[in-house]
Amino acid sequence: MSTQAEHTTTNRRDFLFVATGAVGAVGAAAVVWPLINQLNPDASTLALASIQYDVSPIAEGQSVTIMWRGLPVFVRHRTEREIEEARAVPLSDLKDPETDEARVKEGHAEWLIMIANCTHLGCIPTGQSGDFDGWFCPCHGSHYDSSGRIRRGPAPANLVVPPYEFVSDTLVQIG
Amino acid sequence: MSEHSTYIPGNAVEKWLDDRLPVVRFAREHLMDFPTPKNLNYWWTFGAILVMCLGVQIVTGIILAMHYTPNVAMAFDSVEHIRRDVNGGRIIQATHAVGASMFFVALYIHMFRGLFYGSYKAPREILWILGVLIFLLTTATAFMGYILPWGQMSFWGATVISNIFSAIPLVGESIKQLVLGGFAVGNPTLNRFFSLHYLLPFIIAAVVALHIWALHVPGNNNPVGVEVKDTRDTVPFHPYYTMKDLFAMVVFMIPFAWFVFFAPDILGHPDNYIMANSQVTPAHIVPEWYLLPFYTILRAIDFNVLFIDSKLGGVIAMGGAMLCLLIVPWLDTSKVRSGTFRPMFKWFYGLFVLNFLGLAYLGAQEAAEPYTTLAKVCTAYYFIYFLVILPVLSRIETPKPLPTSISESVLGKAHA
Repeated sequence: MSTQAEHTTTNRRDFLFVATGAVGAVGAAAVVWPLINQLNPDASTLALASIQYDVSPIAEGQSVTIMWRGLPVFVRHRTEREIEEARAVPLSDLKDPETDEARVKEGHAEWLIMIANCTHLGCIPTGQSGDFDGWFCPCHGSHYDSSGRIRRGPAPANLVVPPYEFVSDTLVQIG
Repeated sequence: MSEHSTYIPGNAVEKWLDDRLPVVRFAREHLMDFPTPKNLNYWWTFGAILVMCLGVQIVTGIILAMHYTPNVAMAFDSVEHIRRDVNGGRIIQATHAVGASMFFVALYIHMFRGLFYGSYKAPREILWILGVLIFLLTTATAFMGYILPWGQMSFWGATVISNIFSAIPLVGESIKQLVLGGFAVGNPTLNRFFSLHYLLPFIIAAVVALHIWALHVPGNNNPVGVEVKDTRDTVPFHPYYTMKDLFAMVVFMIPFAWFVFFAPDILGHPDNYIMANSQVTPAHIVPEWYLLPFYTILRAIDFNVLFIDSKLGGVIAMGGAMLCLLIVPWLDTSKVRSGTFRPMFKWFYGLFVLNFLGLAYLGAQEAAEPYTTLAKVCTAYYFIYFLVILPVLSRIETPKPLPTSISESVLGKAHA
């Protein structure tokens, strides 16, 4: 009977019980976090976050794939026709509306630089193919146009343009 | 269920042990004297076959780990080293690789048996859910194992599946980097997948123990789906079912051995004998055959639904397909367990099996017409079966009369 009476009011012991439990939970979380955080990209992976690349050897109409942060990156030297084709598309035709101008650097419209992983599930699309003179992803059938924008298929977004700038007319810094 | 055992310690040593750690009593109760319905058919042997499969994978896997190197520069060569140089390595590696396929053959048969005979219905819901959990864990284990040889399919399969995480809104990309240990699949990924691939089978073994515990509380379901009423309906597990299971295991080992000895690579993909290359995607990425049905569902959603884009939609559909299995005990509310006594259910079930095989076939085809449309149709039926047909049938179907007991059904058959 006495135990029941004790529990009708909150007493010092209840407070200590909750306080101890709370401190214990914080301690447990503090121990678990580094055990999970070790899975995140390590210093050696992060160190490769910025690269420079000379685009001058790439002929018009040619496309190369280079590596940045372990990801493949397309550098495509577009022809006049491909640029015009990309700019002629009305935005209303696009699944992920974005102008071609917004996807290249001003004055360097012939250079299209994009992360080469399909935005669906990460395969590398095949260049100069598909129904829109851009890329075709063989994995799940996404078609990208000559500006790397998604036109048909399961991919939700345009090929991603990484942060980059032209250091000189022919030298690009990615990252 | 200690009342099932007639165990009496035979001598002073056994008595001494029984008072302290009654392992002999436990084994007698659960492995020998356990009352088992006397009408179980061969579809019921796949549980024991699966235990054997898990054992084979653990034993061969531990041996392979003694010769394998989980590093992107050496992994591919170390697998070839196992196949060419290690004593008996050719057979041990093939047994492990073929063993994964045979594991899934048995797993799918075991699950389809449960779906036909209503083995998920009360009071066996927890038993069924633990089984689905084992299926998911096995899928994860097999997927990570397929990364380890570091071939082209290993690499691109990992890339495709890890991108599933990036479909999660807001935190997706961070979770993906956490899982991969980098911005793309690389050495940290291979290393941790090796560690987890070694760990998961033991977790599976623990869940299997719970699965068998949950089985031994209500006892086995059986082909007529009528609960055991008295001791005339059952026989002791040993020797009746130990022998039947052993015989089934031997038969199961025949195709297993055929694959290992004569066609160890036939279930794999030639592209996986090209070392992983992060700059070239194979023209046609195909997961291992046992993942194909779910892979088809993943890529069948190539259109946006309201605010959900196609990529997240595909991931939700694939997750939903597995979720349907978890909640099936509450979707199918028919009181009759066995499909044998359900005249309409039988046909829809048959179509569901064919549809599942169709999903598997479509997963191996390229993403082009007519396959993309067929994939949508088959995906639709998969969900309609669980979410519409099962709940509706439970209400409108008139089942055939059930035998009053297991004994009656067995004797009735003998007279006919």
